[in-house]
Amino acid sequence: MSSGLSNSRSFGDRVILALVIALSIVMLAPALWVIALSFKDNAELMANPNSVFHPPYIIQNYINIVGTSAVFRWILNSLIVSIGLTVGTLVLSSLAGYGFARLNFPGRDILFVVVLFGLAVPEQAVLVARHQIFSILKFHNTYQGIILPGLSSAFGVFLMTQYFRAIPKELDEAAMLDNASRFRVFWKVLLPLTLPAQATLGIFTFLGAWNDYFWPLISATKKEMFTLTVGMASTQTNFAQSEGIGYLMAQAVFAGAPIFIVYLFFQKYIVTAVSGAAVR
Amino acid sequence: MTAVQAPRKPSHGPHSPDWKNALFVAPYLFFFVTLLVFPLFWGIWLSFHKADTFSSGPFVGFGNYVRLFNDKVFLQSVGNTFYFVLLTVPTLALIGLFLALALNARTRTATVLRSLFFFSSVLSVTIVTLIWRIVFIPQFGLLATVYGWFGATAPAFVSDPNLAMIAVAMATIWWCLGLPMMLFLSALQQIPGDIYEAAALDNASRWRTLTAITLPSIKRTFALVIIIQIVLQFQLFGQAWLMTRGGPNNVTKPIVLYIYDTAFRRWDLGLGAAASEVLFVLILLAAMAQYLISRRKEDL
Repeated sequence: MSSGLSNSRSFGDRVILALVIALSIVMLAPALWVIALSFKDNAELMANPNSVFHPPYIIQNYINIVGTSAVFRWILNSLIVSIGLTVGTLVLSSLAGYGFARLNFPGRDILFVVVLFGLAVPEQAVLVARHQIFSILKFHNTYQGIILPGLSSAFGVFLMTQYFRAIPKELDEAAMLDNASRFRVFWKVLLPLTLPAQATLGIFTFLGAWNDYFWPLISATKKEMFTLTVGMASTQTNFAQSEGIGYLMAQAVFAGAPIFIVYLFFQKYIVTAVSGAAVR
Repeated sequence: MTAVQAPRKPSHGPHSPDWKNALFVAPYLFFFVTLLVFPLFWGIWLSFHKADTFSSGPFVGFGNYVRLFNDKVFLQSVGNTFYFVLLTVPTLALIGLFLALALNARTRTATVLRSLFFFSSVLSVTIVTLIWRIVFIPQFGLLATVYGWFGATAPAFVSDPNLAMIAVAMATIWWCLGLPMMLFLSALQQIPGDIYEAAALDNASRWRTLTAITLPSIKRTFALVIIIQIVLQFQLFGQAWLMTRGGPNNVTKPIVLYIYDTAFRRWDLGLGAAASEVLFVLILLAAMAQYLISRRKEDL
């Protein structure tokens, strides 16, 4: 509450401050704990759990990650899937958004309502059938198998339609008078104006694809086709025994770091994208 | 056929109905129909058949649904899902609202703290569960260590049937807190400042300002946050699967995990499809409520 505050630190202020600090600690402590563990030797941890609070800290766990090739394959898979889905979504959504917002064709309004209804369909309702269809098409354990379902998401179309509608019509009408083709108007005049929406939708799609767990888990069952999220989950099962806590934690930090850095740079877009997707 | 319906406009005017214009939406519609609409109806069709991975067997009518509602594990998973929603949604909404009220300031500290409370939202479920399993793990877990300082033993959150779902809920709240906070923040920022100035002139107390102005202004957002979270948390899967495998004794097995188990581990696709239709109806009800609330803007 920025407005209507008195200047003095009242009792209420102190309670709020204390609560915020407590919540911050709850928020931070688990992450810091994991980072600290990732720099510890496994044998030392087993002998004395409290050894996490004092040196020696080692980077051996991270060296071991570089040594095991699986993680890099998974990162590559995640990159291919996330970039593929992001590019595909941007292209399809921009074209469809322009079509729904600006052009007239028979059945347009009914189609748009049907597409909006698609927003309400949860993944789980189509999952079983999708899996069977992809089995028949032999799409499982392929990149297209992981990417394609995401292209049917209606959110991007909805977002781009709203955005195109907000652009003044005079712009494309002027271009039309110059006898520019419809695609040229879309490509040269309107598309550059949608850049903020493209960024929002792009980051949202990329993040969602990168973090997706359910569909890749079902579709990619071969180890070399795992995405990073699925691959990391598959190594978690034999927790403390084989690889050691420190190694697993190093993996978590290693996998989380790129997304965290992206978050630091694109925070504003990410927050807009995530909140926008939720409210629709 | 283009110019017939709209004689006022030139044939390629953007407002005259023209089949060629549909080419812009056709690529998306192809994926929409093949990967969403068709599977939706195929799934309903499957739920009335005995089916495996590649083919669908004989028509069994409501057989799958009858089996479903006679399956104690399914009924338990429905109960578990509601319990989980009850544990997470109110907590998420209340903490999110509190944080939004406390951090709605243009100071640097507030900005940093907002980022802090949102950062976990960008992590994948795998990393979140890895972090929280290490919090709860006996002996060198964070919780065990903190309890150890006071000479106490931490409760066995993940393996105790009474606590396992609470452990899953705690990890989930930590993961999902950012969204409700941001939604409340954007609602707070839309309240016109002059209302607060008027209140200040009237010497209204902070509590009175909060209860008479702030909270009533974000009523609709509060309802939206609740429904968005219900829809999200209803789809619980990754946390439960990775932290507890649905155990002990299925107490943390939600509906989606039941679907996963039935369809993709026991390959009973008909039964899995039936379960997913039940989930669909439940989520649809919540989504309809969201639609109604977000359309009724004058109700603010």
